[in-house]
Amino acid sequence: MCALCGVLGGKAHWSDSASAPAVFAGRSEPQTRTRERQARVRILNAVLKHHSVVVKDWSGNAYLLTSRTGRTAIVDTVGDIWPAAERISGRICDPLDERYLSTLTNREGSNAAP
Amino acid sequence: MTNYGELMPVNIITGFLGSGKTTLLQRLLRSPELSEVAVLVNEFGEVGLDHHLLQGVAESTLLLENGCLCCAVRGDLQKALRNLLSQQTRGSVPHFRRVVIETSGLADPAPIAYTLLSEAVLRHHFRLSGIITTIDAVNGANQLGTFPEAVKQVSMADRLVVTKADLSDGPSVAALRARLRTLNVAAQILESTEIPGDIRHLLTDDIYDAAGKFREASHWKAEAVDEPADHEHTAGVQSFAVIFDRPLDWSSFGVWASMLLHRHGADVLRLKGILNVAGLPTPVLINGVQHIVHPPSHLERWPDADRRSRLIFIVRGLQRSRIERSLAIFSDLVNQPALLPA
Repeated sequence: MCALCGVLGGKAHWSDSASAPAVFAGRSEPQTRTRERQARVRILNAVLKHHSVVVKDWSGNAYLLTSRTGRTAIVDTVGDIWPAAERISGRICDPLDERYLSTLTNREGSNAAP
Repeated sequence: MTNYGELMPVNIITGFLGSGKTTLLQRLLRSPELSEVAVLVNEFGEVGLDHHLLQGVAESTLLLENGCLCCAVRGDLQKALRNLLSQQTRGSVPHFRRVVIETSGLADPAPIAYTLLSEAVLRHHFRLSGIITTIDAVNGANQLGTFPEAVKQVSMADRLVVTKADLSDGPSVAALRARLRTLNVAAQILESTEIPGDIRHLLTDDIYDAAGKFREASHWKAEAVDEPADHEHTAGVQSFAVIFDRPLDWSSFGVWASMLLHRHGADVLRLKGILNVAGLPTPVLINGVQHIVHPPSHLERWPDADRRSRLIFIVRGLQRSRIERSLAIFSDLVNQPALLPA
């Protein structure tokens, strides 16, 4: 727990390098946990732009999701983001949906991050 | 946080009714190297098991709020494994280093995997090592055509053991093996009569075992060949490899895979992969069962000169071309100028 803000340590997700430190120890460019989360948040924002959901890192332990209408959700891991994004946006998150994939490809080169 | 590889391994032995699960378990338990094994069985069959640490459990599944069957906690196992831990701590049972769960003939292995990875206490003590499925050479083909439970048990396996091959004929066994390969391109297929003398590898080889992970990954590598998209399938289940030439960005891959499994996890029976991750010199191994993905592991070196990423999917009703296209698009996101780090 953070002694200053009282935030409990977040759950680990398999995609966090912290879940398997030995696997990522050999990185050619060492990456801090913060940088890894920043990179992930940039990708999440590109992926969820179609849903009008903005993702922010919350204290390095969670993700804060905000919809266009101001609905919010705080979740622990990447895996928890999708049901929360569906709930606050009213749209399903399906990476195999052709229409959704088209929106991702059409935006290439545009300012995808909010 | 406990290193996932140091948790106590749990093996699942499953297979349709009468397919020889208990006979195989008897053979395994005779191996001196496997003396420190606790056994949980869901039903006591005709073949008796004489083992010093054998407990029966009544199968019960607690369905969670989301109602997804694969994400259900097996209440019986939760209780049995917690009891075993407690007994070991108190010294009231012989010391054990591994647990083997023999399921009932109609069991679905997915809730067992979910229970191990998600239950508040168990996930800090146990990890799923491997799923072994027995298939009766005489009745197996018929069971695969009739019972979806049998198809799922085969699809989810890490090792497929064909039993009673001596009671069948060569062409039938060969046809059964071909059908098993279609359903599961990544599992090692063995006939019970050809299991090597050192039978313990059947249980101990997995991607977290330092001595066995190279052998285990070699099955994924050797069998990850391009399968035709429209090959014969059973109950809508098919398996194929998706191969990527370029190194994958780990963050993009994690976002993509977690989104895919959120929406389609019930239809992704297994996901295994040897990945070339950008910035890493050695291959990363991933291993998933439906909605659940275990923490990644890695090999100290590539098995051969091929440096492409290979993802093996065993799916129900999902198109390979769509998965390929989706992953390619997500992988390209990281190259968008707006996503490059400042």
